[in-house]
Amino acid sequence: MASDGHPSRGLPRSIRNAGWYLLLSVLSVAVLYPVWMTIVRALSEPFVYINEGQPFLPVAIDWGVFNTAWAEGVMGRSMLLTLGVTAIITIAQLVTSMLAAYAFAYLRFPFKTVLFVLLIATLLLPIEVTLIANIRTIRELDWLNSIQGLSAPFLASAFGIFLLRQGFMGVPSELRDAARLDGFGHIAFLRKVALPVNRPIVGSFVLITALGAWNNYLWPRAAVTEQRWETIQVALRSISVSRPERFNVGVAAAIIASVPILVLLIVFQKQIIRGLTAGAVKG
Amino acid sequence: MSLSASAPIQAPTRRRRSSRVREALLGYSLLAPAFIVLGVFGYYPLYRLVHFALYRPNRFGNGEVYVGPSNISSVLADEEFLDGLWISVKYLLYTVPTGLVIGMLLALLSHRRLRGIKVFQAIFSSTVATSVAVASVVFFGLVNPKIGKFGDVSFISLAKADSALRGVALTSIWQNVGLTFVIVLAGLQAVPDAVIEAARVDGFGPLRRLFRVTLPLISPTLLFLIVILMIFGFQSFAPMEILTHGGPAGATETLVFKIFQRRAPGQISEGSVMALGLFGLTFVVTLLQLTILNKRVHYGE
Repeated sequence: MASDGHPSRGLPRSIRNAGWYLLLSVLSVAVLYPVWMTIVRALSEPFVYINEGQPFLPVAIDWGVFNTAWAEGVMGRSMLLTLGVTAIITIAQLVTSMLAAYAFAYLRFPFKTVLFVLLIATLLLPIEVTLIANIRTIRELDWLNSIQGLSAPFLASAFGIFLLRQGFMGVPSELRDAARLDGFGHIAFLRKVALPVNRPIVGSFVLITALGAWNNYLWPRAAVTEQRWETIQVALRSISVSRPERFNVGVAAAIIASVPILVLLIVFQKQIIRGLTAGAVKG
Repeated sequence: MSLSASAPIQAPTRRRRSSRVREALLGYSLLAPAFIVLGVFGYYPLYRLVHFALYRPNRFGNGEVYVGPSNISSVLADEEFLDGLWISVKYLLYTVPTGLVIGMLLALLSHRRLRGIKVFQAIFSSTVATSVAVASVVFFGLVNPKIGKFGDVSFISLAKADSALRGVALTSIWQNVGLTFVIVLAGLQAVPDAVIEAARVDGFGPLRRLFRVTLPLISPTLLFLIVILMIFGFQSFAPMEILTHGGPAGATETLVFKIFQRRAPGQISEGSVMALGLFGLTFVVTLLQLTILNKRVHYGE
């Protein structure tokens, strides 16, 4: 069951293959079913199914629903806002992680181990735990409903530092020796050796961070109290759940909000999957 | 952490002392940005949670009164907290085993040489493209009692207190399919073909190969997966908020949901105790994760 066809099995290969295709297709339909029903939802007039049960194919197709969702949800604004916050978080995490990882990988200083343990220990403090204290801090700073409030807690991450440190430590010592002989300073070594050698790790890290920032829900939900500061994920809730009778508009908004992620995933599939599985499989 | 002699620049010996100081200063200044952020938004909140847990706002709302550790123990023993804890645990029981089995099944079935298998693999991993809010909106449309196609299926009915959590859990199960699939598949791909081939030559049938060779070999990956699914489960919030808003009658108010509701200054004391409780849980699960990670490193060597 777990591996490919056994040569001495009774059935001819073509029939067994057909069986596999059938099984895999059924499972694909099952996985994609919610997506398909969402698309049908968006395109059908809601009154059609509120009374008669939802059809499997769209009824009374209305493409205008995407325009409506875009305009009514003020999606342009919230997508732009989310894009800005995502960019800030991603760039800041890359910079702070790179610098700290460099120090941990290549420099000698007192209390290094203690500091590293303190760093890793912050994995025990996810935003769900620190939420209400951080909201209080943001409120005291008067940062509710602001870009700095939306991004501040995510400008550094232990995960990023750990990942890049691993990458930096994997740079072969021959390369380090060569760089030293060439008279490279720290900055030149980082720019010309450490980062280029670790391009795959850096790429995966950037993509995973950007995905996480774009998809973030709990923090922006708590750090925003005015509708115009809602990030796209939080705005989806207001657009879709508040008026079930206009749910087609809500799901159209959800589809629009997924487009950037979908594009990113299609273009960078390999890197994203490598980032998602980092730590799951050794090697 | 053994990094001796790894500095790209080595100063001549006569200036060794001052160069060491300079290296340390450079090190600290490189760490500073990250540690400031993690200090202000990681450690300082932990201190504040303890503080809020020990103090309550006074009657006039302009100061605090010390209530002491008794406040912590009374909140932890209170039905609200225990309820939230139990609902969170139930949520794990609904989402983790199901998610694991589905991910494993899809990965085992699509880990084979077959033309076009990449298409199926792309489909099975596709739910990583959805955010938790999008997944929640999708399932709102499927299981909402008023407009959902499956709104009147009683096993997952959001309208009844005893089934609502199962309806909510579907969101997480579906959204995690992509990630679980991708992780198990990566684990399977890391198993050398030669090992499986050797088992086949030894006369192991497909089922024995699966249970005696493949699964034991990917067990570290599966353990890793269980841990992250548990962490995700404990941290779930959007599905409850979007599908049921904690209802009916509080039946889907997980610990995180209850904490979120207590973010206003008047309730922050109770919320902080709950957050410390969640911290305790995260602690246990993360220690489990670190232990597993350590084991795995030895395993691979």
